[in-house]
Amino acid sequence: MYRYDEFDERLVAERVEQFRRQVGRRLRGELSEDQFKPLRLMNGLYMQLHAYMLRVNVPYGTLSSRQMRAFAQIARKYDRGFGHFTTRQNIQYNWIKLEETPDILAALAEVEVTAIQSSGNCVRNITADQYAGRAKDELADPRVYCELLRQYSFLHPEFSYLPRKFKIAVTGSPHDRAAVALHDIGLRMHLNAAGQPGFEVLVGGGQGRTPFIAHTIRDWLEPADLLSYVEAILRIYNLHGRRDNIHKARIKIIVNQMGIDRYRELVDAEWERIRDSRLKVPQAEIDRIDAYFAPPDYESLPDASVELDALQTNNPQFARWYASNVIEHKVPGYSIVNLSLKPPGRPPGDLDADRMEAVADLADRYSFGEIRVTHRQNLVLTDVRQSDLFEVWEALVRLDLATPNIGKLTDIICCPGLDYCSLANARSIPVAEDLSRHFLDVDKLAVVGDLTLNISGCMNACGHHHVGNIGILGVDKRGQEYFQLTLGGSSDESASLGDRLGRALPQADVPAAIDAIVETYLAVREDGERFLDTYRRVGIDPFKQAVYGHAAVRAVA
Amino acid sequence: MTALLKAGRVSADTFTTVGADDELPAGDIIVSLERWRAEREALQQRPGKLGVRLKSDEPPAMIADDLDILAVVAVEFPVFRDGRGYSHARLLREQYGFRGEVRAVGEVLLEQLHFMVRAGFDAFEIDSDDPERDFAVAAGEFSVWYQPAADERPSALELRLRS
Repeated sequence: MYRYDEFDERLVAERVEQFRRQVGRRLRGELSEDQFKPLRLMNGLYMQLHAYMLRVNVPYGTLSSRQMRAFAQIARKYDRGFGHFTTRQNIQYNWIKLEETPDILAALAEVEVTAIQSSGNCVRNITADQYAGRAKDELADPRVYCELLRQYSFLHPEFSYLPRKFKIAVTGSPHDRAAVALHDIGLRMHLNAAGQPGFEVLVGGGQGRTPFIAHTIRDWLEPADLLSYVEAILRIYNLHGRRDNIHKARIKIIVNQMGIDRYRELVDAEWERIRDSRLKVPQAEIDRIDAYFAPPDYESLPDASVELDALQTNNPQFARWYASNVIEHKVPGYSIVNLSLKPPGRPPGDLDADRMEAVADLADRYSFGEIRVTHRQNLVLTDVRQSDLFEVWEALVRLDLATPNIGKLTDIICCPGLDYCSLANARSIPVAEDLSRHFLDVDKLAVVGDLTLNISGCMNACGHHHVGNIGILGVDKRGQEYFQLTLGGSSDESASLGDRLGRALPQADVPAAIDAIVETYLAVREDGERFLDTYRRVGIDPFKQAVYGHAAVRAVA
Repeated sequence: MTALLKAGRVSADTFTTVGADDELPAGDIIVSLERWRAEREALQQRPGKLGVRLKSDEPPAMIADDLDILAVVAVEFPVFRDGRGYSHARLLREQYGFRGEVRAVGEVLLEQLHFMVRAGFDAFEIDSDDPERDFAVAAGEFSVWYQPAADERPSALELRLRS
């Protein structure tokens, strides 16, 4: 993992003291709430319905056991004993006092964690494939470039007051687990003929009330040019992005208004001017950062698949978990283990302090002390010996972190919704809880297979409903909470936006509607088809009929 | 009260900012881009230094050919969260090589001074009871920077390579 050097340490410490002064100025009334707002946002502090929320960065989803223990302590000391892992691989605390925030940030700085730019109209936490450096299908490790971008974007003098927030994601695998096509900038790593990595650059993706899949603005970018090219994109956006309407201020709007070709022309002209400037990334710095991401001390282990087969035969529950939550590792004898934060009846992504510490202990004992946060709001132990899998599973069962539902119907992405958020139209968490209780049968989940279900409590789409294979959007109908379903969304390398199924439903009808959709899929799927494949083959009509009946299909068509 | 700060010191403003219909005073003046375009010839005939005030939707490309006769470019922040002025200042310094005064005007908050200094501003109109003290605190909040900008400060990356 990356470790701070003297420069990183000093910058973060100075930032904490700066915010302490700003909070002081606010508390003394020297700053108005309007003037203070962007300052607190750029330090991760939001005003929610009931209290301040603090969003803490987990850079590219990578976390040490020590940092996880610090999260637990903060949850106990400053919050109500739990935290919430988010779709930007961050953690949020929901019950924070403004005057305590500088102390929290100082405590986080001790373990090299910040809340810098986790909110605000600036470059947010850089996200990445949660299996970076471990995945069997990976071409190149994105973490070194994520760290370069983290440093480049922190306290950027020119880009801290952009028209709107700005999100960057990087994947080094052909199978995109980082949703790069739904980001302001998405970076997809490829290898050239010499086997050296470079980037395909996507721009203008995003969700919210006007969702867009990103366009490829450049097929190949050398790593040495990463910062100058990103700067050119940001400068053109800062100059041309709309500032007249907050809902039209993201880069996706301006890219699609002027067209990707025009945007590319502007970026290329600017890039030509700055590509050979001080922004050129020296190989020495890439190497310096890369050294922090050197593989841990793996043992040379025999492949344990025979023993694992025997364990699975003797223990169907272990077998179910292994099939669903364990991912192939690039090093023989090791596995990647997903910890499901989606047990039945609990808010997706929530974790209490005791469990945070237990996860940290497991990471130390079984996984070189490293933990990852996924954008689907789960946790990962990156390097578990196959021979330890059974023990780890038993420990996770005791912690209720072993629900075998990773990538399945109840692995739900869900925003905080009207339980916390002042923007929401509807309570999304109870819908997720209902569905997780409704689909308790883990054998059924396995039969249904890979299926993403995402829930947003309003059209701002923090719950990624546009790109769920099944999306659920909370809407307000004359003061009542209703839920609008979409089908066919996807955030991977074949990214697509979901299609509206029909009229919105009351909360009580949602589980039955999902039942009808799932049963229709099971009835019409062909061998080996995932839900998304079937949907793309047969289209929306069979699902409309199943949910609304024949008459209703005509009415909404 | 509003003060003009240069190099951290309160400085007497020798420039008069002239409105659209104001009669031209004697001495140094700052005019809007609109007036500059309309009266360029006449303005150049009079004694005194010249400055142009750019609104946030008026990029420096609009005065690129005039920069060698301008002593001041005033870059306006109509509201503090309109961040175009930072790009305008950097472009003035880095693309056009402007060596005159780049003045931050409009809603200029103390909290933004350290960014403005790095973006290439060297004069600031700020509201403060003790502008020199406030400027010293705000501009001195950081001693390390991650990225190159319009100033000469080395980035952390450059310092690492030197050591």
